[in-house]
Amino acid sequence: MSEPLAREPLTREPLVLGIETSCDETGVGIVRGTTLLANTIASSMDEHARYGGVVPEIAARAHLEALTPALAAALAEAEVTLDDLDAIAVTSGPGLAGALMVGIGAAKALAIALDKPLYAVNHLVGHIGAATISGGGFESEPLELPTVALLVSGGHTELLLVRDLVSDVELLGATIDDAAGEAFDKVARLLGLPYPGGPEIDRAALGGDRDAVRFPRGLSKPADLERHRYDFSFSGLKTAVARWVERHEDAGDPVPVADGAASFREAVVDVLVSKAIAACTDLGVPHLLLGGGVVANARLREVAVERCEEAGIRLRIPPLRLCTDNGAMIAALASRLMAAGRAPSALDFGADSTLPVTQIQA
Amino acid sequence: MLLAIDTSVGSSVAIVDGERVLAERSVDDSRRHAELVGDLMRQCLVEAGVSSRGLDAVAVGMGPGPFTGLRVGIAAANSFAFGLGLPVLRVVSHDAVALEHLRAQPGPLLVTTDARRRERYWSTYAGVDAAGLPVRLSGPAVAPGTGLDEAVTDYESYVRLDAERVPAGWLGKLAAGIRLHDREFAAPEPLYLRSADAAVPGSRKRVTERRLPEQRLAT
Ligand SMILES: [Zn+2]
Repeated sequence: MSEPLAREPLTREPLVLGIETSCDETGVGIVRGTTLLANTIASSMDEHARYGGVVPEIAARAHLEALTPALAAALAEAEVTLDDLDAIAVTSGPGLAGALMVGIGAAKALAIALDKPLYAVNHLVGHIGAATISGGGFESEPLELPTVALLVSGGHTELLLVRDLVSDVELLGATIDDAAGEAFDKVARLLGLPYPGGPEIDRAALGGDRDAVRFPRGLSKPADLERHRYDFSFSGLKTAVARWVERHEDAGDPVPVADGAASFREAVVDVLVSKAIAACTDLGVPHLLLGGGVVANARLREVAVERCEEAGIRLRIPPLRLCTDNGAMIAALASRLMAAGRAPSALDFGADSTLPVTQIQA
Repeated sequence: MLLAIDTSVGSSVAIVDGERVLAERSVDDSRRHAELVGDLMRQCLVEAGVSSRGLDAVAVGMGPGPFTGLRVGIAAANSFAFGLGLPVLRVVSHDAVALEHLRAQPGPLLVTTDARRRERYWSTYAGVDAAGLPVRLSGPAVAPGTGLDEAVTDYESYVRLDAERVPAGWLGKLAAGIRLHDREFAAPEPLYLRSADAAVPGSRKRVTERRLPEQRLAT
């Protein structure tokens, strides 16, 4: 991919800048076709720490402050100018409405100022688009389709069936209460650990016994599986951890945090991977793709690798910088839409906090 | 020639050349800023018959205004200006309303706009200065809608104007005037005038009943 122009002089791959502001990361990424040129991410995570979770208004204020500097940084990193761009892309949903609107306002204005086409795209499908990106120190094989995709972050937990990145993505299931990342944050608090919970629970679990406590696996009983085969629920698990903590406190014993963290994490990972593998098996799809910030969790990756190997499923995990929310994945998805001949989005789209995954482009 | 944007109440966009408004489009809807802002910008450019490359600055209303909508206009102004390497001329949105009104009727003026939650944003003005620019006495601030007479000193001495919109044409004229006369623009921080809605979580709530010794005996 070092000299794409030399090899294909007549079909220049589009240079696309993507803006992502659906949650607490302000992402600006630039790709040429599927080659990564820049991936700038500014996070407001620290500002949410004292609240124990993402505060939408704080996230939106931070996006406004971070966006222009992120644009400048991404262009500098990619060593391109705004005039070089072939299109602008932006996340229009799903996500936090007020946060999305900052990116949308900025993207529309940028597209009009530069007179460039604008693509409004689906954040969740963007996470799949991340798997098409290569460059920046890693090479990527073409995304093998169909694939099942498990997206897990602080804002969402979804199981998708992807037959075609730009035209056929189906929602198999999703969380019916907390997102997986949210469960990590809340349980971290129960265990007296700081925010964000994911890395803290990972750290606390080192040396803990993951079989110490058998915490419940949400929606995994036969009766639940009938109606919610591919859905997730983490609120019961959270309550179980709270009870377990209280039992120790009431008895005047110290809470065995390492065991609790390891056992909780095991319950989350188990249910995530089990359902993802069940989807692959049921549907006869031997490919699984992971995405979302919770992919940073080492135990999740480990269990996914083990069980996929056992089941004969090819597992694909993009580099972490592309798994967390970022603008490059938004640009990459738009680039695929352009390659498929899709027209730009009309200028009157808004933020859709519940944009369905079937709506790949707004 | 500048592009002017205000989304502190509804959405309003204009192309302004000094004192001349070449195009102005406004929609009073106070919820659909993100949907509207792009079309309004494009319509104004078309109507004024100018290319974005023919502009030399972007003026934007920094509020006061409800957070979500206000940010859309500021984000748009920032990135439009960034895209073309133009300066952003930030002004207090109420000052644009005051300019329009004071040009027609000089004298002490109280401008208010909807702050939701039964509150009003307000600013007071003495009149215009020698350059014809509004002289703000106090505000912008936020007060309960029914308590403005208490919040505003000498409330009775002002003509009160409850503005339903901030016209971007006047905002553009104001910015052009401030630039021409080398006056001060507003600060880069939006005039939210309220802190972000967030509560630091309190102590944990128990999920199990605390078992007391008597209860143990009873069972
Ligand atoms: Zn995400």
